[in-house]
Amino acid sequence: MIKKIFFQSIFLNFFFIEVFAAESEGMPQLNPEFWISQIFWLSLTFGILYIVLSKLILPKISANLELRKSQIQENIEAAERLRENSEIKLKEYDSIILDSKSKAKNIFKDAREKVLKDINFKKETLDKQINEEIQKAEKEIEILHTGARDKINKIAIETSSQLLKKLIGADVNHSSISAIVNDLSKKNGDKYYGN
Amino acid sequence: MAANPMTQFEVYRIGPEIKIGAFDISFTNASLFMVVSSLAILIIFNLGSKKNYMFPNKIQLLAELSFTFVSKMINDTAGSKAKPYFSFIFSLFMFVLFCNMFGMIPYTFTVTSHIIVTFVLASFIFIGVTIIGFIKHGFGYLKLFVPSGVPIVLLPLIVVIEIISYLSRPISLSVRLFANMMAGHTMMKVFGGFVVSLGIVGGWLPLSFSVALTGLEILVAFLQAYVFAILTCIYLNDALNLHH
Repeated sequence: MIKKIFFQSIFLNFFFIEVFAAESEGMPQLNPEFWISQIFWLSLTFGILYIVLSKLILPKISANLELRKSQIQENIEAAERLRENSEIKLKEYDSIILDSKSKAKNIFKDAREKVLKDINFKKETLDKQINEEIQKAEKEIEILHTGARDKINKIAIETSSQLLKKLIGADVNHSSISAIVNDLSKKNGDKYYGN
Repeated sequence: MAANPMTQFEVYRIGPEIKIGAFDISFTNASLFMVVSSLAILIIFNLGSKKNYMFPNKIQLLAELSFTFVSKMINDTAGSKAKPYFSFIFSLFMFVLFCNMFGMIPYTFTVTSHIIVTFVLASFIFIGVTIIGFIKHGFGYLKLFVPSGVPIVLLPLIVVIEIISYLSRPISLSVRLFANMMAGHTMMKVFGGFVVSLGIVGGWLPLSFSVALTGLEILVAFLQAYVFAILTCIYLNDALNLHH
């Protein structure tokens, strides 16, 4: 509404004046009639414009821009800080994982060593026992071995004495037969009994 | 409508005649559009700076983009030493831009199409820059007229040329803006007159020209404001950073 009145007043003014002004010739700019008025109003309006802009409006715009800039800067810095924090946390997490991994490895190693030691110990004792058993068995074999020769000699003596009795029909002296058998067994012992 | 394309530049009184001594300072249509432009700037930038949203709304974005645009322009041409003059150049750029742009609305008055307005602005800049130069460098500022690396024989000629070019700065600055605005608006008025006089049969060609010219003029309105501001920055740069 105000706009309408404003423009109407301007337009009517123009229509009104152009009827009268149409007669003047040449450039109206060079007509000094309103020069002083123009200078006065220019100084007034431009002066007021300059003072209001420089004292009130431009500092506000400048402050607004600065504030926004600093806010953006702050936000960027905060984001940067958060990012750094998260990186630190990530590193901590990584190191924790590494630590626990190495710990787990150590535990595993220890357990393995213990088990191996146990196994070795058991193996050794078992070996010892086995050795002992073997030695015992060998000893018994040895005893049997040595015993076997005498028994064989005895049997040989008895059989040979009985053979002689059957053949000759008379008792032969026991001791002479055993001496011959012993002698023979000593001569050819290697042949019959091995070592 | 009046056939004379220059009548759009007529200044006339709105309301009663106001006099201070011998001077007539009546409120005119030129004054009206100065006030309108200034008010528009103040309203837009006030709305744009009222609240600081993390994600700016449209008007805030407009204000902040203008701010950074002018700030970058000053920093690029005049360096960081020109920071104290930022408000002035910003006001200057916005004032010229808004006056030019308001002039593009049909039936309005273009403040910057008057030589007296642009000349007052340009001479204010010229005097201000000269004073700044002398304050910063003392009489060393006169070295501006003696470029380094010039043969002694040519020196008197060069100095004269430099002085003339320096003194013609306010004239070139003011005439550039004034002539651009006046020529553009006159052209548009002339083509508009053709549309009316050729009627419905032949009026389409000048009409299309008129449409194209409107686009061009909006571009020129922005460009001239930019040129005005950037030349101010360059002059300021000469005064702040003496290169010669």
